[in-house]
Amino acid sequence: MSKKASSKTNITRVPEHTVEIITNSGEGAQKCAQIFGQTCAKMGNGVWTVEIIPAEIEPPHHTVTSTSGNIIRFGTERVSNWGDQSKLAVAFNEQVCLSRHRLGSFDDNCIILQESAWENHEDEAVRDNYAKAMEEMSSKNYRFIQVPIEEETLKLVDNPQLGKNMFALGLLTEIYQRDLAVVEKQIGHIFRHKAASVTEINVELVKHGIAWARKNLGFQFEIESVVAQEARVVMNGNQAAALGAIAAGMEICAMYPITPATSVSHELSDIFENYGGMVHQAEDEIAAAGVALGASYGGKVALTVTSGPGMALKTEFLALAVMVEIPLVVLDVQRGGPSTGLPTKVEQSDLLAALYAQPGDAPRVVLAPRSIEDCFHSMITARRIAETFRCLVIVLTDANLASGVQQFTRPDFDARWQQNPVDVSPLPEGLRPYDWDPETGMSRRVIPGTPSGQHTVTGLAHDEESRVSYDPESNERGCKMRSRKLAVFQSTLMPPPVYGDEKGDLLVVGWGSTQGAIEEAVDRVRAEECKVSSCQLTFLSPLEPDLKKIFGRFKKVMTVEINYSDTVGDPYITEETRRYGQLAWLLRAHTLIDIDCWTSCPGQPLRPKDIYNSIVKNIEIGVSK
Amino acid sequence: MSSIAVSLLDCEFDESKCLEADDYQTRVGKWCAGCGDFGALNAVKRLLAKEQLQPEKMAFVSGIGCSSRFPHYVNAYGFHGIHGRALPIATGLKLARPELDVFVVMGDGDCTSIGAGHWIHATRYNPNMTVLLLDNNIYGLTKNQTSPTTPEGYASNTSPRGSVLPALDPLQATLGVSNASFVAQTADWVPAHLYATLQAAYDHNGFSFIRILQRCPKFTPDVFDDAIKNPDHVELLVHADGVDAPGLEKLFKARREHNPKDLDEARALAQRSDLLRLGIFFKDDSFPVYDEIRAVSPVSAEEKINKLEKEFDRYGV
Ligand SMILES: Cc1ncc(C[n+]2csc(CCOP(=O)(O)OP(=O)(O)O)c2C)c(N)n1
Ligand SMILES: [Mg+2]
Repeated sequence: MSKKASSKTNITRVPEHTVEIITNSGEGAQKCAQIFGQTCAKMGNGVWTVEIIPAEIEPPHHTVTSTSGNIIRFGTERVSNWGDQSKLAVAFNEQVCLSRHRLGSFDDNCIILQESAWENHEDEAVRDNYAKAMEEMSSKNYRFIQVPIEEETLKLVDNPQLGKNMFALGLLTEIYQRDLAVVEKQIGHIFRHKAASVTEINVELVKHGIAWARKNLGFQFEIESVVAQEARVVMNGNQAAALGAIAAGMEICAMYPITPATSVSHELSDIFENYGGMVHQAEDEIAAAGVALGASYGGKVALTVTSGPGMALKTEFLALAVMVEIPLVVLDVQRGGPSTGLPTKVEQSDLLAALYAQPGDAPRVVLAPRSIEDCFHSMITARRIAETFRCLVIVLTDANLASGVQQFTRPDFDARWQQNPVDVSPLPEGLRPYDWDPETGMSRRVIPGTPSGQHTVTGLAHDEESRVSYDPESNERGCKMRSRKLAVFQSTLMPPPVYGDEKGDLLVVGWGSTQGAIEEAVDRVRAEECKVSSCQLTFLSPLEPDLKKIFGRFKKVMTVEINYSDTVGDPYITEETRRYGQLAWLLRAHTLIDIDCWTSCPGQPLRPKDIYNSIVKNIEIGVSK
Repeated sequence: MSSIAVSLLDCEFDESKCLEADDYQTRVGKWCAGCGDFGALNAVKRLLAKEQLQPEKMAFVSGIGCSSRFPHYVNAYGFHGIHGRALPIATGLKLARPELDVFVVMGDGDCTSIGAGHWIHATRYNPNMTVLLLDNNIYGLTKNQTSPTTPEGYASNTSPRGSVLPALDPLQATLGVSNASFVAQTADWVPAHLYATLQAAYDHNGFSFIRILQRCPKFTPDVFDDAIKNPDHVELLVHADGVDAPGLEKLFKARREHNPKDLDEARALAQRSDLLRLGIFFKDDSFPVYDEIRAVSPVSAEEKINKLEKEFDRYGV
């Protein structure tokens, strides 16, 4: 470790820190952050990183819209979410800094290492903008440290655009006492496809940043780490889902590009064929669903990947999958809506659409991974359910999981996950295409090629022989059998665990990616002796068992969700007119309990402190402490 | 698309296994008396018998419409899907199971209206399948609404004063798509030609698109009358590499030598409205076939796990 700091160096020990690297897009913040995050993970810290992505591909430089970067939260313990505000930032100009300030991203006492080239720039307009930005930010107690990032970088390279990020990495390496050997290894890995000289110059730049920091900064943070005993991996949720799809034995992914789901198909396109799989980029999301369904009809393990607007287009096909009982897995990486909404940003607002958007009654399984690790394992679970129950399984992740990076226990692959999906043994005499077991609604799947199994599947109402039948009994039987399967599946589920005490004043209920932030907020209120617990749901259709029982042990139940709900007291909004958050809506109907909700849709993951505040407010209004 | 066709020799060895045309029909078609779809079904049955295809090794995929009821009547696997979306299902099936013989049956609304996007793209993907467009120039199942192929001025329930636009020509449209590899036109009232065209389509390696002019006895009984009553208003496209059948020369005097490899001439002929042309407009089996170029070799479970382990090493901490 670069612990050779001079005796004058002021070392502060902290359990965790959140750091931002913010630049114009194209200045390499992602690489710097990737290496830094990987280094922290390798050194045994818990890590969560979040990307800051500008809306356009090439926004004008040195403006508030050009901000591109990364937030890295790391600590001694496991980190499950992006946390609250950043304690330290490296900013390549004051405008990107200002944009983060306006979003409330910095802690009041944030240390900001800022490029010094702008304050006294020869161009008056640049100086003016700088002064205005600094004036606006003076409302907070930020500690600005001017760093000649560009000037120092130019000492080693001709084009500072291709080197400032590594100098910045050097600053962070010194400030956080990172192991230079690990940093060097990561640099080597990232540039492994380039000439060795590229790695060398980048390492030199990092060393130069370390030396500069050591000479000029005089402070360091010490964050202890515990090297994990078990093997671990670190990746983002879309990578985890893509690798999960392969580990689950999936064979075809049909898709149409849509943010933030697309990178799943990038991962797969790169390697899927080595595993006997393929990505089919269809002409639209409807066709993608159709190709996946057609492939599954043929006996392949098929997946289609999309986000909200694409889900809307797939609706008719998803209902067909339910009707013909052909297994299909759909991954919906949720983004902000409605319509094109917030393409790169997080929201949990496809829940009710995932459950109910379809003509007629089309029961399906909907599950929501709660962590990056879950993104991997959910694909295996989803395939298993889809095939066992001949049903549609929708996996709801979101932009937070898609690009968030976290480490998790390296999975043990199981050859059984790769099993051929269909029983191709000869058909028992007289077996019908929908030979529903009246008790369970389950029936054997027959794929083309099976001798004597010929039949025509149809999206029209049909009988056991798959013959079109419009008579009342056939239709009611079909509806019942398709629904019964869900009840059978539900009977295999465990009640969701409660985080905290089994009973108390307030139960916070969340679903999917918000688990980390909710539990962190619950920890904080519990530290203040409040009787608050939380419960994170994974299965949304069918819901996990015993919810009513679990909820009944609390004086008040409240959902926390990243979607819209009305606030009572706003113009026209009363208890009667109020529209609830989507999970709250669902749980109210399911349990007949008067469940409240606290939701927000800022296009960002929830912060523990905001959840904390809403909990505290609810305890104050709703239940006595 | 005859990759797994049972050789006719098998029949000579075991007569009992030889399937007749009627063995390929499961039940009587529930179309109106006089519907052109019966003609298409008969021709298909003959083809299947001629090729002695094993019923379990083929699949008929359709959308929604009167014509899309087709798979229910064929002794094969069938997928009667949703309106306009037969082609994506068929493409997925073919990718999954290239050894199966895949047939697609669509109506004119199904293919050229709601499914138009898929039609263009499937033409370009060029998967190996036989595609029947049963074009009655009208929406039959929903009872007489104008379709893209309804002739200008022809009345329907949605255009009681006559269709206001020139009809969309499926041949011109298909011939305009890059990588289109087989485009033919035939008619329900010329069974010999219909059958010969189906055979050529089946024999072609790629997306074999046949527009079948099909009479709807309820809503468009007269729409092809000009050609039916005046065979000299019909021109047969003939070529050594085209389709023909004994007796056709007596019916249709106008015969044009057209080399199906000549795309420019095919497009020019499709554009002319002087005569109704039946035959193969274009055919070239040197074009990339999607299910062939995307074929991937299987990988064993053990091998996959080994590769996954290596992949995860990249992400190791
Ligand atoms: C999404 C959707 N839109 C509309 C319909 C109603 N619909 C069923 S068939 C059809 C058109 C049928 O015409 P065509 O495709 O020409 O087939 P035909 O009945 O003439 O053989 C329509 C509009 C539907 N089933 N689904
Ligand atoms: Mg029609």
